[in-house]
Amino acid sequence: MSGLDETLLNDADETVRVRFLVNGRKVACEVAPRETLVDCLRERLELTGTHAGCEMGACGACLVQLDGRAVHSCLMFAVQAEGAKINTIEGLTESGVIADLQAEFHRRNALQCGFCTPGMLVNAHELLSQVAQPSREEIRDALSGNYCRCTGYEAIVDAIDAVAKARSEGGGAT
Amino acid sequence: MTAPLTSLDRPNSYIGRSVPRPNAKRLLAGRGRYVSDLKLPRMLYAAFLRSPHAHAQIMSIDTEQARALEGVHLVATGADLAKICTPWTGTLDHFKGMTSSPQLPLPLDRVVWAGQAVVAVVAESRAIAEDALELIEVDYEDLPLVVDIDSAREAGGPLINPGCANNTCFRSRLDNGAVDDAFAHAAHVVEEEFSFGRHTAVTLEPRAIVADYDPSAGMLTVHHATQTPYQFQDLYSRHYNIPEARVRVVATDIGGSFGMKLHVYHEDMAVVGLSILLGRPVKYVADRIESFVSDIHARDHRVRARMALDTKGEIIAMDVLDLTAIGAFSTYPRTSVVEGNQVIRLMGAPYRFKNYRATLEVIFQNKVQTSQYRAVGHPIACAVTERLVDMAAAKVGLDPFAMRALNVIADDAYPQTSPTGYRFEALSHQACLKRLHEMMDYDGLRAEQVDLRKRGIHRGIGIATFVEITNPSPAFYGVGGARISSQDGAILSLTPSGEVRCLISVTEQGQGTEAIISQIVADQLGLAQDHVKVITGDTEVTPHGGATWACRGAGIGGETALQASRALKRNILEIAALILQEQPSALDIVDGEVVDSGTRNQRMPISEIARIAYFRSDTLPPGTQAQLTVSHHFAPQGYPFAFTNGIQGCSLEIDVETGFIKVLKHFIVEDCGRVINPMLVDEQLRGGIVQGLGAALFEECRYSETGQLMNGSLADYLVPMSMEMPDIVIGHVETPTADTVLGAKGVGEAGTAAASACVLNAVNDALAPFDATINSIPITPTNVLKALKRF
Repeated sequence: MSGLDETLLNDADETVRVRFLVNGRKVACEVAPRETLVDCLRERLELTGTHAGCEMGACGACLVQLDGRAVHSCLMFAVQAEGAKINTIEGLTESGVIADLQAEFHRRNALQCGFCTPGMLVNAHELLSQVAQPSREEIRDALSGNYCRCTGYEAIVDAIDAVAKARSEGGGAT
Repeated sequence: MTAPLTSLDRPNSYIGRSVPRPNAKRLLAGRGRYVSDLKLPRMLYAAFLRSPHAHAQIMSIDTEQARALEGVHLVATGADLAKICTPWTGTLDHFKGMTSSPQLPLPLDRVVWAGQAVVAVVAESRAIAEDALELIEVDYEDLPLVVDIDSAREAGGPLINPGCANNTCFRSRLDNGAVDDAFAHAAHVVEEEFSFGRHTAVTLEPRAIVADYDPSAGMLTVHHATQTPYQFQDLYSRHYNIPEARVRVVATDIGGSFGMKLHVYHEDMAVVGLSILLGRPVKYVADRIESFVSDIHARDHRVRARMALDTKGEIIAMDVLDLTAIGAFSTYPRTSVVEGNQVIRLMGAPYRFKNYRATLEVIFQNKVQTSQYRAVGHPIACAVTERLVDMAAAKVGLDPFAMRALNVIADDAYPQTSPTGYRFEALSHQACLKRLHEMMDYDGLRAEQVDLRKRGIHRGIGIATFVEITNPSPAFYGVGGARISSQDGAILSLTPSGEVRCLISVTEQGQGTEAIISQIVADQLGLAQDHVKVITGDTEVTPHGGATWACRGAGIGGETALQASRALKRNILEIAALILQEQPSALDIVDGEVVDSGTRNQRMPISEIARIAYFRSDTLPPGTQAQLTVSHHFAPQGYPFAFTNGIQGCSLEIDVETGFIKVLKHFIVEDCGRVINPMLVDEQLRGGIVQGLGAALFEECRYSETGQLMNGSLADYLVPMSMEMPDIVIGHVETPTADTVLGAKGVGEAGTAAASACVLNAVNDALAPFDATINSIPITPTNVLKALKRF
């Protein structure tokens, strides 16, 4: 559009170029400085497996793996993730690293509506990569930031417990 | 491996089998398709400016600056939407005398709760829409407000609805038997006042809607995260005057509902109107604070109740007053009085007495609307009844189990009619009671409790019997004039390659509807479950039906699928008989093969029948018209509801220094009739119990004196998390309903129905040595310390 008065442009319209490695692929996108990472992943990159539940880091629905750790993508601006290695549920699924967790969740019906599930899996994956054989108490503690309204949690705890045991018996986590 | 053969050993016997949900794999892979994920071409985003006042006159609205903001497409006020949307009123005819004020998507001149949407902005992004909200100026003038039961009932106090004589929405009274006489001659009377806080559903995915009006086709498509797409198809059609056949509601994956997402919300109605005004798709997803201030809340009851007993401890009468404060109007289309109505009708349901009186008063106040949420009314009726039963047991000197054994209706005494008017076909309280006693190791727990008390550790044991309403007939809504179906429909097709597609009106919210329907179809037709594809939740393709509410999916939807499957099987075998020159009755289907019903010798695959019928009909006898698609509807008949029953038990520990309560273990024995998938039933029970434990211990919408919600975030409103929740032990008794072939009843609300009652009894049991009692929910640490006079 020609002749546009630049002062009409709101600050929010300014975008910043941010680059990161998402699910093993180099990605660059233009984001508003105020855009959270979860919105960037969902809206710009169409990685809708990551969910926004509370937008304040209390529910765990938005957990992604960022530089190897489970991170709330609703508590980070996209620009803060510049240069980071991010794995979302889509990438973790395709790489197969959580296939045993997913199979066990499925077998035990450790999900109902599924909205909390990607965050649960990211967190469970992190727990099992740090503690090979967590007790049920430790599993419950590790999940204490993941809200699930449907299941009552027990089947989720059972599934993680079973995977931990299977991984240990099978020669440890790979 | 030496167990005797059961019906589950038959090929394709899926009814009664724990099989995983086929559709859960998508969700595990992050491939769910929730409405909040949806993006359509040219889609715009709505945001709402909300009232900061609980009750105020709107003097003026200035939207000029907002309209001028780059990226804003529409700013709409109440007057704009009132031009295209007719008002709705949340009353039903069978609730005689109830009143409620007509509602519009956005208010014209007055706001009645803090958080009510006042102005809508539609913009190219949600962020721009929210920027524009900040540029809108609304001038309000405060009106006197009512934010609790007492001030609402005060004579001469402020009125919420101008022109009304008082703030009463509805009054109802039940009076059966000789209540006064029973109390006059009672050996024992127990009496208590109970209060139940407001809480809300807190689905992890907030409400989400994308309305897409195409003016060139005159067609409205609404992608709506709801349990009840047909209900909304009807409502959007009638209130926006679009022919029903040109309204399509699609309910895809949904991130939790629990009854909350089947009500009309002002924003949702507004979004449909905004799309009509713009001729473009408009999306709205509530954020968390919007969910807290605009989703329905539930409960908010104060109950005064007394129970009369004879010398032996038999209950002879109950007398109940339930005051419940809803919002400033009654919810549409299911009203806000169903909860109170169920409270007074479920009181004392497990027990044998005949003298009953109850008064229900439903009151308006300046808070967000309350309405049906998981276990509507049950937790209140159950907690009041079961606490009184425990108080009576203590007075009479009976153990809680013995007290209930003495008073429950005997398993062999059915059918029965309750003094509140409910008709029970067959319940199993005695069997459940016995089973729970063993399962809990009740005597062991009691012995341990005594030992631990000596060491200053205070454990409590509580039990609570319950009755749940499931499989509702038209008596629920239809008779009141609501266009809410109690029947379901299914369309079943044999595909050309010999698989089966089932389009059915019941919907999926993660409870496993699609799984159990495919189990029933596969079982009844005789094929592998993975050869059955179930499709739900699209009014354009699935037949009209009630969908999901009041625990009707398995009982009514399941029976619909069963009967449809049998009809399709008859049609398949008819063609098979023609081809094989046999009598249809001599044939059966096993594993997708037509077999001789006697010998089970394979004759031909059903895929071959499909091939011939679809592609080589010329080889069939002249006049044959193969009907490999059947449509079938089923409306429940017989009993108006299929009641279920069960009993819960709870063991918990109270720290008397801090008031903290730790639930150690929870137990349930439940009878939902025929169990279709034991694993899914157990998961419904667990999830339901945890929802009830949240209500019992944590959840409350707290309001200030000015009607502001004080804890509208997930950091401030406590929900049950994994650390606080116990493992749950489950037992089953199966008493199928004889009203259907399938025999299934509902199970989704059983857990929530009695969990809080159970905790209430366990807490009071733990506090008994201190002579302290608690009769309000949630039971917070502060309330425990107050009861102990330590706060």
